[in-house]
Amino acid sequence: MKFKDYYAILGVDRNATAEEIKAQYRKLARKYHPDVSKEKDAEEKFKEVGEAYETLKDAEKRAAYDQLGRHATGEEFQPPPDWGQAFGGASTSFEDIDLADLFAGLAGRRGRAANAPIPGRDFEAQVAISFEQAFHGAEIELNLSEIEFGEDGTMRRVPRQLKVRIPRGVVDGQVLRIPGKGGKGQRGGPDGDLYLDIAVRPHPLYRSEGLDLFITLPLLPWEAILGTSVQLPTPAGRVALKVPAGTRAGQRLRLSGRGLARADGPAGHLYALVEIVVPTHVSDAERALLQQLADQSTFNPRAHYEGN
Amino acid sequence: MTIELTQAFFVDEGVSFSLSQLTLHSGLSEDEVHALVDSGAFSPADPAASFWRFSAHCVIVARNARRVRDEFALTDAHSLAVVLRLLQRIEALERALR
Repeated sequence: MKFKDYYAILGVDRNATAEEIKAQYRKLARKYHPDVSKEKDAEEKFKEVGEAYETLKDAEKRAAYDQLGRHATGEEFQPPPDWGQAFGGASTSFEDIDLADLFAGLAGRRGRAANAPIPGRDFEAQVAISFEQAFHGAEIELNLSEIEFGEDGTMRRVPRQLKVRIPRGVVDGQVLRIPGKGGKGQRGGPDGDLYLDIAVRPHPLYRSEGLDLFITLPLLPWEAILGTSVQLPTPAGRVALKVPAGTRAGQRLRLSGRGLARADGPAGHLYALVEIVVPTHVSDAERALLQQLADQSTFNPRAHYEGN
Repeated sequence: MTIELTQAFFVDEGVSFSLSQLTLHSGLSEDEVHALVDSGAFSPADPAASFWRFSAHCVIVARNARRVRDEFALTDAHSLAVVLRLLQRIEALERALR
């Protein structure tokens, strides 16, 4: 595996105290945390800093890290013989793992009675699905990469494939839970759960807010004045929408129950947001008709200006 | 190779968690859970009950709180509750802008 100099990443001396390490980490977290930083590469830097702090903040992990010796950043190395047994009971076998995995593996394995059950870790995965998959539900395949421990403490990273049925009515930002599909429990401990953070990719026509959907409905001025019927696309197919005479820009026409819906659960609505659009070019004949309308109309949209 | 099909569940479906299960799944301490409940970040099904039960949605909020605690190296439960509340407001405002 490749070596990383955690002290250099945090910018602290190898003899720094725990307080100094914490203070320096806090400073860097404020600088690079994706929730507060707009700096380029902030997320990448924050991950690197977080990985370094995760190990150096813990006295035992820090001692284990120091025992790995000094290497140049990026240099290939292997932990010394018996390193695994000395720290957390892992064996000397480390297959396809990186430095972060090595120290993550130490967590949760210490401070337990020799035969106490160890619950499996909960895993999290980010999943992006299409709008149609969110609306109708879908079966998706996930390719995960997880650390696994053998009964002898062997630590290795293994690929894992899962086929998951996503229920219909999932909204952007929702978290789904798959019980028992996290890390394997050991010594009779329960398996962890897998949490899926769902991102729904934007759709060119629909915008969602919870289970409700919104679509822009462009109308011509005369359609809005006289009323009309339009073929409106909905995620379940086109429907005829009657637009009443005198419809104004900004009005919302509601199509009840045509939003996102969970099976046997709540259903959102589809709202058509009225926008009045005008043609950029008109023919002479159209211009003449519009002029005739302008001459004959007595409607004053600015009547409320008067007296003010 | 046949891949088994697994059902994913909405987190508010059917299950509830005890306080100790919530701490196990979230990585928060009981003190931190109490502080978050006091701040209104989430709430047990019946706050007056002798033994609290939490919906799975609370696990999501609590896991997020633990992430925030670790990522900013926060050490006291009250600060964590305040930061979480502010982040929730920012998220709601950003959602409203979209």
